[in-house]
Amino acid sequence: MVSQIKRSLGVLVLAALPALATAQQQPVKIGFLATLSGPAASLGQDMYDGFMLGIENAGGKLGGVPVEVIKEDDQLKPDLAVQTVNRFIEKDQVDIVGGVTFSNVMMAIAKPLVDSDTIFIGMNAGPAPLAGERCAPNFFFASYQNDQQAEGVGKYATDKGYKNVYVMAPNYQAGRDAVGGFKRFFKGNIIGEVYTAVNQPDYSAEIAQLQAAAPDAVYVFYPGGMGINFIKQFRQAGLLGQIPLLSVSSFDGSTLPALKEIAIGAISGSFWGPDFKNAANQKFVADFEKKFGRIPSQYAAQAYDAAMLLDSALKKTGGNAKDKAALKAALREADFESVRGTFKFNKNGFPVLDMYVFEVAKDEKGRVSHKTLQETLPGHSDSYLKDCPI
Amino acid sequence: MTFNLFVGQVLNGLQFGLLLFLMAAGLTLVFGIMSFVNLAHGSLYMFGAYFAASILSHTGSFLLAVFGSTACMFVIGMLADRVGLNRLHRRSHLEQVLATFGIVLFCNELVRVIWGSAPVYMETPEALSAAIEFLGVRYPSYRLLIIVSGLAVALLLYLMIERTRLGMLIRAGASNREMVGALGVNIGKLNRIVFALGAALAGLAGALVGPILSIQSGMGEPVLILTLVVIVIGGIGSIRGAFLGAILVGVVDTLGRVLIPVWLRAMFDPAIATAVGPALASMLVYLMMAIVLAFRPQGLFPVKARSQ
Repeated sequence: MVSQIKRSLGVLVLAALPALATAQQQPVKIGFLATLSGPAASLGQDMYDGFMLGIENAGGKLGGVPVEVIKEDDQLKPDLAVQTVNRFIEKDQVDIVGGVTFSNVMMAIAKPLVDSDTIFIGMNAGPAPLAGERCAPNFFFASYQNDQQAEGVGKYATDKGYKNVYVMAPNYQAGRDAVGGFKRFFKGNIIGEVYTAVNQPDYSAEIAQLQAAAPDAVYVFYPGGMGINFIKQFRQAGLLGQIPLLSVSSFDGSTLPALKEIAIGAISGSFWGPDFKNAANQKFVADFEKKFGRIPSQYAAQAYDAAMLLDSALKKTGGNAKDKAALKAALREADFESVRGTFKFNKNGFPVLDMYVFEVAKDEKGRVSHKTLQETLPGHSDSYLKDCPI
Repeated sequence: MTFNLFVGQVLNGLQFGLLLFLMAAGLTLVFGIMSFVNLAHGSLYMFGAYFAASILSHTGSFLLAVFGSTACMFVIGMLADRVGLNRLHRRSHLEQVLATFGIVLFCNELVRVIWGSAPVYMETPEALSAAIEFLGVRYPSYRLLIIVSGLAVALLLYLMIERTRLGMLIRAGASNREMVGALGVNIGKLNRIVFALGAALAGLAGALVGPILSIQSGMGEPVLILTLVVIVIGGIGSIRGAFLGAILVGVVDTLGRVLIPVWLRAMFDPAIATAVGPALASMLVYLMMAIVLAFRPQGLFPVKARSQ
């Protein structure tokens, strides 16, 4: 018995050794890249705020080691993003790259990241090719695959028994993906499928057509300013409240401050809402509101989860970020308290998600926010997993 | 498409056209009289919207927001011309384009510094927030306000240009500015008033779109491009051209967006129609501009008696 205790103590000391060694270690270097200027700057800013809050809540360190975050703006320019990532890898010699707001930027930087086997933590963009045939063992997305939210809303429309749905999106890849994801899980008829010009300011003509078609519900994907324009005009046409308005990535934390009461009643699909009751989320929302004076958006939540994920993985490796194989294995375990409740990675580096729909409504403090309506697709894996050769 | 829907769409086109007219009237005068290519006209529109949103949120009065913002933009137009823009009048067009493009980038960042990067909220006046019956269609009442305001401004501008001494000088300046200067008119002062008037009209347009559009950095650029199309089609320096050109562009753009996908679906496979339709519809006004430039390079309604 005594010898057993001695042996256990020995194991404990051995286990503690790497942790002691980290005290003298170099800080873990993280290259943070996001869109921080231009019309979409608020998305990148929310990601950065969420990520830094995560580090702060982990004691200003990740996995017990100091971190150095190098923050860069990609200006929504893929070519600039590639240069920045190359500089992260070659000059700054970062251990981890993280962030990325838009999918076109993500697609551009995928190759240099794969070629250099640099560990990447995605905090928003999740384009289909990187979940399917071009999936990579060094990519970990703490966000979601682009189609997943649209699929959840498609399921919701089916469950609600809508027969005829009118869909609208901007005419570019993400718009077509958002419609494709919706159609994959919607069993009724699409009675109108309209693609508008990207950044079109006025939707009066399209809304008049929509009104004439008299659908059971409308589904839209209009991120950023486009969503604000659309819903203001939809409401002035007297349709908000008359025809259910379903959406993804349109009436979210980035646009609600400019919409306030206007958007009340709009339905949106996501895997996270500020009213989630789990302990990790309540702490996150309270801390974020205290620090920044606003309700966190989904972008902030994803980035906060990314910081918590890194914290858990670096704890497992004893703060060692140089042993890539060990760090990847630790990241894959995803052993952390996620603000969305549970968190598990598929082999393609994208999470299995419980999808929900939310309604824009006032919270208990009288502010316009998202209220959880119902779960749509529990334990939902993305639709490209089967194409991933790993 | 039913007749009622068609009426509704023509109203939408008219409303969009009148909004473009507010922008085009100022730009065409500045361009025609001062020979000044001002790409920053869209920034004046953006500032108009931001000012209106700020005034509305502080005072709660929509009328005050619209008139206050228009007045602010008039003063800013005066100051901007006095402080530096007048130096650009004698430069080449390329230098004007470069300088004013720089101003556009500066203004887009400036509004982010002042109002933040997230879009700003502006409420629709309560009385105008719903749709009403008009000509047999349900039409958003706020858009009717834009139509009425646009027509009123067009009428006022017409009276000013045709009936007042200032209007006479503006007309003369658009025809031959050297001669007007030689006759002893203070061209510098005339320019300043014209520029400030253009800024005020752009500010009015911005204030009016606040409740229907997202007020954000860079909101002026898409409108500026269509405004340039309008003055090319209408004829540079002509208010009448700006009015008719704006309505033409507004109606063609709106009906094109509605009808082209419908026609394509009737003729081709639906998959092709949804892929090609939106692209073709958004090209329509530019195609129209190209045709006008090929056959009537001076525009459809040019200023008469231009020095040949």
